[in-house]
Amino acid sequence: MSGLSRRELLLASAASTGGLLLGWFQAGPRVAAAAAKGASTEFAPNAFIRIGKDGRVTLIMCQVEMGQGTYTSMSMLMAEELEVGLDQVKLEHAPPDDKLYANPLFGDQETGASTSVRVFFDPLRRAGATARTMLVAAAAQTWKVDPASCQANRAVVTHTPTGRKLTYGALAEKAAKLPVPTQVALKAPKDFKLIGTPAKRLDTPAKVNGTAQYGIDVRLPGMKIATVAASPVVGGKVAAVDDSKARAIKGVRQIVRLDDAVAVVADHMWAAKEGLAALSIRWEDGPNGRVSTADVVRGLAAAAQSPGVVVRNEGDAPAAVAGAPKKVESVYEVPFLAHAAMEPINCTVHVRPDRCEVWTGSQVLSRAQGGAANVTGLPLDKVVVHNHYLGGGFGRRLEFDYVTQAVRIAKQVEGPVKVIWTREEDIRHDVYRPYYYDRMAAGLNAGGQPIAWTHRIVGPAILARFLPPAFRGGIDIDGVDGAEQLLYAIPAIRVEYVRHEEPVLNTGFWRGVGVTHNNFVIESFVDELAAAAKQDPVAYRRALLSKSPRATAVLDIAAQAAGWGRPPPDGRSRGVSVLYSSWGSYLAEVAEVSVSKVGEVRVHRVVLAVDCGTEVNPDTLKAQAEGGIIFGISGALWGEVTLENGRVQQSNFHDVRVLRINETPAIEVHLVRNLEAPGGMGEPPTAVTAAALANAVFAATGKRIRKLPLERQLRSG
Amino acid sequence: MALDLHSLDAMLTLRINGKSHKVDAPPDMPLLWVLRDVLGMNGTKFGCGVALCGACTVHLDGIPRRSCVMPVSAAVGHAITTIEAIGATPIGKKVQQAWLDVEVVQCGYCQSGQIMAAAALLAKIPAPSDADIDQALSGNICRCGTYPRIREAIKRAAQTRTAERGS
Repeated sequence: MSGLSRRELLLASAASTGGLLLGWFQAGPRVAAAAAKGASTEFAPNAFIRIGKDGRVTLIMCQVEMGQGTYTSMSMLMAEELEVGLDQVKLEHAPPDDKLYANPLFGDQETGASTSVRVFFDPLRRAGATARTMLVAAAAQTWKVDPASCQANRAVVTHTPTGRKLTYGALAEKAAKLPVPTQVALKAPKDFKLIGTPAKRLDTPAKVNGTAQYGIDVRLPGMKIATVAASPVVGGKVAAVDDSKARAIKGVRQIVRLDDAVAVVADHMWAAKEGLAALSIRWEDGPNGRVSTADVVRGLAAAAQSPGVVVRNEGDAPAAVAGAPKKVESVYEVPFLAHAAMEPINCTVHVRPDRCEVWTGSQVLSRAQGGAANVTGLPLDKVVVHNHYLGGGFGRRLEFDYVTQAVRIAKQVEGPVKVIWTREEDIRHDVYRPYYYDRMAAGLNAGGQPIAWTHRIVGPAILARFLPPAFRGGIDIDGVDGAEQLLYAIPAIRVEYVRHEEPVLNTGFWRGVGVTHNNFVIESFVDELAAAAKQDPVAYRRALLSKSPRATAVLDIAAQAAGWGRPPPDGRSRGVSVLYSSWGSYLAEVAEVSVSKVGEVRVHRVVLAVDCGTEVNPDTLKAQAEGGIIFGISGALWGEVTLENGRVQQSNFHDVRVLRINETPAIEVHLVRNLEAPGGMGEPPTAVTAAALANAVFAATGKRIRKLPLERQLRSG
Repeated sequence: MALDLHSLDAMLTLRINGKSHKVDAPPDMPLLWVLRDVLGMNGTKFGCGVALCGACTVHLDGIPRRSCVMPVSAAVGHAITTIEAIGATPIGKKVQQAWLDVEVVQCGYCQSGQIMAAAALLAKIPAPSDADIDQALSGNICRCGTYPRIREAIKRAAQTRTAERGS
């Protein structure tokens, strides 16, 4: 076992070829000549950069901005090689186009899985370098000099020996007529001016004065506002609707009935909401109408009795566990989780006979376009999707269920309609993080060291639905992510995956994806082993990480900064967690908590050390660390979605509790600087947090929490 | 026979960001939807609809209020300030600048509400303690987790004010 997952290997191949990744996909982000546009005054050497005769530099954002700072990091990659300042660029949302803007990891246009910097690090630098090379060539031709005697800086080409200068604007027309070079030289890291420096985000000025446009802010002439009630049970249908009271409400224009939902179309959201409340809908629940969470857990527990597909196998781990002097066995469970992004789900659609326009915020623009095309029966080129800033994604906007629903509604409405889900609808019709059920066992030798490790993961295969070609050999590579790459040096390891679907709720990706679940399980269980061996949790892990210098380094940094080994302040206890997965980043976190007599957990301090390789925007990395930790704390302490009679019981922020400012701990982030390949950073800090908290709770109370959320378990005795 | 609900409406006059607006809206319609859907002022955000998240925070005579649960009729006769105009006040301007200096924002969706809550706090308490910040901002949820930077930015804005007053 090299420590590289197949996903990383594939990623490495993508990085080296700039395109082909998972075999079935051919396009990749490529440098495409834009000559067909015939805009002779505009220089557009590829799909990412346009330079006008007026000198305006426009960068097209293939990855969407949902808070993670990607508009700034993608711009930095291009600006670095293009030799322009970030103050000199204008940004534009890319339209849906898998041929031009596909994320090479997925094969289509997707922003997710902490991939943007990893997969676009080379392609976008090449896009910038290509444009700069052509501009320099245009200048050199103008002056009849050697291009090597010219330099570009801040959108100006200078002929160094004579000091002559030409702006990019002045060169645009000439550059546009030059052939696009197939090979360009990229800068050496030592020459980076932008990459690795803390750049101000480009999206923030509009976000502090109310002018930033999110999907929900779309306004069109004649636009109506709709809100919707979908079947409260997955698979349920509308049996009957009495809309007489709703129609009497001023501002209500139309009631739209779909087979599984009813929408009220109105002049404004208030009338739509009032209209929805006045509807009397009878639902035909279908087969899921009696299902509760306990049924789901029973199904998973039963499935966990059978062996799964072997994901990783070294030695004979089951036999070694059975024969070990000491054996530790545990079952771990994590609940369904809602995303609860601050911008409630919404989508605006105008369906005309020959054309459909969609305005929304989506992590999967081309899928949204395809969904709208399917519903309308229009060809793709008649479906226009306008992307906007996303008021949070966290994986929710990797789904386009809300786009197809809005198009289905809009098909029955004259003119444009903005469909806004209430928060209650948003929570109850999410695409949830799945419930997972894990069986762990380890054998320890007389010295307490693990000699064998078995991990059986039981849960649905999100990838089988989301990206079928990536679901191979019965293994969901996301579902096993982090478990497969276990860094601990244990002689016998077996990781198994049991696919078990409980189609009573729609499930999908949640910040930290598969690793959020696996890291909680693995790092809690390692803590159990340390406790069984009566050893210090940090020292125990450190001894097992001897072959992983980068993991050891972050563990040492976090432990030292947190004061591990010295007593914590009165009433507080510490827990540690280490993370490595297909993201390629190494993290170690120490959390300091106190637990009240009634089982309330207060998180006082979190110290995180990160080695995510080459840094693009260090301040964004820190922001992602802070935010990811906070997202992880909310999920670990309180997060759960439960079912009763097929219905989600939670509905708004009173029962979907999330961390608030007064509950937020001091957070310290330590970044390790190096020039390793960039690793993911949007999700790992969320994924590493639950175990650090659970282990701190164990240190505080002696109680091992094997089922989330933490506070419910502490209170249940 | 159905009650003619139309007849219950009246033109209401609202004073928003120093300007007078006549709106035709039911008196119980929350101010949030009047701002967004009637007047097209989209800076104020819808987050929960039940005053649990603070995304819709505006000022009424300088006091932070949740516009998603405030009937528009209750806003008549009061000075309404929204994110679109908070930068025109000295405190609001400093808060926005501190937000940029500290690089608070991620997705940004909640930040209108956060900034309105912060500006109201600083108007009331020029140099707020951590406890003051907790008290004033705990009603504003941020799912991106910008809280540490919000705290830092409020303190920075307070310092700029104090420094300017001292000079």
